[in-house]
Amino acid sequence: MKKNNLGILGLFLAIFIFTALQNDSFLGAGNMQNLIKWSSLYAIIGLAVAFVVITGGIDLSIGSVIGLVASVLALMMGKGINPAACLVVVVVLSAGIGLLHGLLITKVKLQPFVVTLCGLLFYRGLARYLTDNQSMGFQGHDALDNFFSGKMPIGSNFFLPAPFFFLVLVAVLATVFLNRTVWGRYLFALGNNENAARYSGINTDHLKILAYVVCSTLTGLAGVLFAFELNSVQPASTGEFYELYAIAAAVLGGCSLRGGTGSVLGLIIAAAVIRLLYNSINMLGISTHLEYAIIGAVILAGVIADELVKRYAVKRRAAKALAEEAARR
Amino acid sequence: MTHLAQAAPPPLLEARLLSKQFPGVRALRGVSLTLQRGEVLAVIGENGAGKSTLMKILAGVQLPDAGEILVDGRPVRIAGVRAAQQLGVALIHQELNLADNLDIGANLFLGREPRRCGFIDRSRINTEARTHLQRVGLDLPPDTIVGTLSIGRQQLVEIAKALSSQARVLIMDEPSSSLSQHETEILFRVVRDLRTQGISVIYISHRLGEVTALADRVVVLRDGEIAGELVREEIQHDAMVRLMVGRDLSQFYQRQPRPHGELVLEVDHLRTPAHPRRDISFQVRAGEIVGVAGLVGAGRTELLQTLFGVTPAVGGGMRVRGQSLRPRSPQAAIAAGMALVPEDRKQHGLILAMSVRENASLPSLRRDHRHGFLNRIAEQTVARNTVEKLGVKTPGLEQTVLLLSGGNQQKIVLGKWLALKPHLLLLDEPTRGIDIGAKREIYRLMDQLAADGVAVLFVSSEMEEVLGMSDRVLVMHEGRLAGELTREQLSEEAVMHLATGTIASHN
Ligand SMILES: Nc1ncnc2c1ncn2[C@@H]1O[C@H](COP(=O)(O)OP(=O)(O)OP(=O)(O)O)[C@@H](O)[C@H]1O
Ligand SMILES: [Mg+2]
Repeated sequence: MKKNNLGILGLFLAIFIFTALQNDSFLGAGNMQNLIKWSSLYAIIGLAVAFVVITGGIDLSIGSVIGLVASVLALMMGKGINPAACLVVVVVLSAGIGLLHGLLITKVKLQPFVVTLCGLLFYRGLARYLTDNQSMGFQGHDALDNFFSGKMPIGSNFFLPAPFFFLVLVAVLATVFLNRTVWGRYLFALGNNENAARYSGINTDHLKILAYVVCSTLTGLAGVLFAFELNSVQPASTGEFYELYAIAAAVLGGCSLRGGTGSVLGLIIAAAVIRLLYNSINMLGISTHLEYAIIGAVILAGVIADELVKRYAVKRRAAKALAEEAARR
Repeated sequence: MTHLAQAAPPPLLEARLLSKQFPGVRALRGVSLTLQRGEVLAVIGENGAGKSTLMKILAGVQLPDAGEILVDGRPVRIAGVRAAQQLGVALIHQELNLADNLDIGANLFLGREPRRCGFIDRSRINTEARTHLQRVGLDLPPDTIVGTLSIGRQQLVEIAKALSSQARVLIMDEPSSSLSQHETEILFRVVRDLRTQGISVIYISHRLGEVTALADRVVVLRDGEIAGELVREEIQHDAMVRLMVGRDLSQFYQRQPRPHGELVLEVDHLRTPAHPRRDISFQVRAGEIVGVAGLVGAGRTELLQTLFGVTPAVGGGMRVRGQSLRPRSPQAAIAAGMALVPEDRKQHGLILAMSVRENASLPSLRRDHRHGFLNRIAEQTVARNTVEKLGVKTPGLEQTVLLLSGGNQQKIVLGKWLALKPHLLLLDEPTRGIDIGAKREIYRLMDQLAADGVAVLFVSSEMEEVLGMSDRVLVMHEGRLAGELTREQLSEEAVMHLATGTIASHN
């Protein structure tokens, strides 16, 4: 399933170049590193939600899962529990959440929107209750902190942030999974026509559950990254609204909410566009009150542009075929 | 026919030199066509010949690249379905286009609901819907949800819908392909009725018997061009075949009776969720072709679905090659060596947005993968074999199946299972919408599969096909097995008697 990513790439370049021309410090190493870091974090949760969006589902609980994971991690580490054990616990916790979603959706046949909306409320409440709604930090875990939010020097004065490497790893695995494995093909088939997939001998229930487990597990990983990046956890607000950015990145990157389509590369660029917009609004001195309005408008414009590019491509192909046919005669 | 004594009135509808190009395919090349008032014109041709494309252009669904259309002798531009409707042209699509979740009344008046004070006038919908339903012989309350009707009945609703929009030209693209014999007869009555009312009908069908019975004139399309025209007494089976295929097709049903092998399928008091109180028992042996006849709604599709694990049985049991089995999913059935070609290709057979290659290889990925990774070469081979073996007309393996003609889509649905070499092949209306050449190819394939020891169980509403292909016929009536006929006992009357429940079962 190939997807045309030119539209979204063009959008990214346009905003990037415009901002660079307007403000010199935009291209500075510090700003670029920041941009890469946050784009990577957003792209990871975008990829997470893409797995369920491809099946035609949705996950609204991403932000709350990030909050819960970060809270539990901080809580446990604050109690002096072995960090490795803490990580295992949060990974199992997030995978378990995905499993729960998947089972409710396939076996009880609830709608994904409803299940994950309840999740959104439930996990946030749970995070606040467990932590007594206290902010927490991560002190004295330099090795871990370095692993999850450190920097790797590239050349003399440029550093690549750790989340970038996590994104590369996740993106490579996701690309291979979606485009090269049988299950990836099944996932797209399922998203396009669940009935026909089932009639073809695909275990659609297992596949959907898998998609939700992958989604929540990746979200859990993102939760750990966010926690160390922010270096402090507010149970009431860490991760709030992130599901919306994740879904926006997925849609802008070429996933249809009807299911059945999606592109890893397009999604990463889309996540970068969203972060770039934040950055540009700052750099250009636009009132930050307009932030949401601008991001909303640009995402809408991007989706429209994408649709137009697709139609143009169809017309071009038709014209080309006509010309070839004419040449043959 | 016309009461006016005018000199040569212009035809009701005329198309001049229509051409239409799709990426990689020239669907129509300079096709001209006329349609008189009160005429039944049959348009026939092989799969992908361009029939549906021509009709879509006449009905405003697609625009031609070149050529013009005249209505009542005046050139018109049919830029959309609305425009066509205003000119009195209505198309009943090859694929059903009803809103499943709405009731019949709402479907009939979708988009042009009668209103009173801005609100939908339900009582008027109901009364008008009743009259239109009666015209197609459907005696159903207008508030029946369409999704609960059989495909056959939905098709009749679709026809009623076209009638309700005051059409002067009614285009039917393979209307009978999902109708039972009884419903087809009702349809014929309706069509003849319309003809006497001065309404013109363009009728597309792959069933040449229907064409002979119904058409005043036949136009044959081949590869996007008019291959010829037949009127009245020229309309004969062989003449049509010759024009369509370009040669004679002899020996249509090829069945070589041969000894059957061991038992492949034993069904023992099986009860389907659709008819939980009826139980069904029968057996199919290797190398045997067993037809399942019956009226639409007799529970034949449900039987196949239960055998295949789509709707697991609610009682009884079955054995496949001696192994007792209660499939709860198609996966389990496939693992036991079964395959099902479903009745509704759009819903159950194909992933329309995916390519020919991806569709044809979907069931065999499980076998061909390498440690979970796709095996491109195996995939290509499976797809190419399907295309070649069944003669699928497609510009390439990467073409989206959505863009193939109806019959070519059906060939992919069948082809994707053959790669798995099943022991038991379940076919639900396998030749629906398939042209005569491909039909013969599928019959040949069925025979060859049987010769290779495959057990074939096929549901069909085409009497000819049931009589021609079956070693044995199971006849179903209202969810139960009304009887079983061996080849010697087989006749149209015997099948119909059992199917309509007019005589008791004899075994
Ligand atoms: N939208 C489309 N894009 C590309 N190709 C198309 C499109 N619609 C039809 N075609 C191609 O045009 C050709 C004619 O198709 P059409 O549907 O008119 O055939 P048909 O005569 O109705 O066949 P059938 O008997 O199988 O229904 C086919 O090769 C088909 O694949
Ligand atoms: Mg057609």
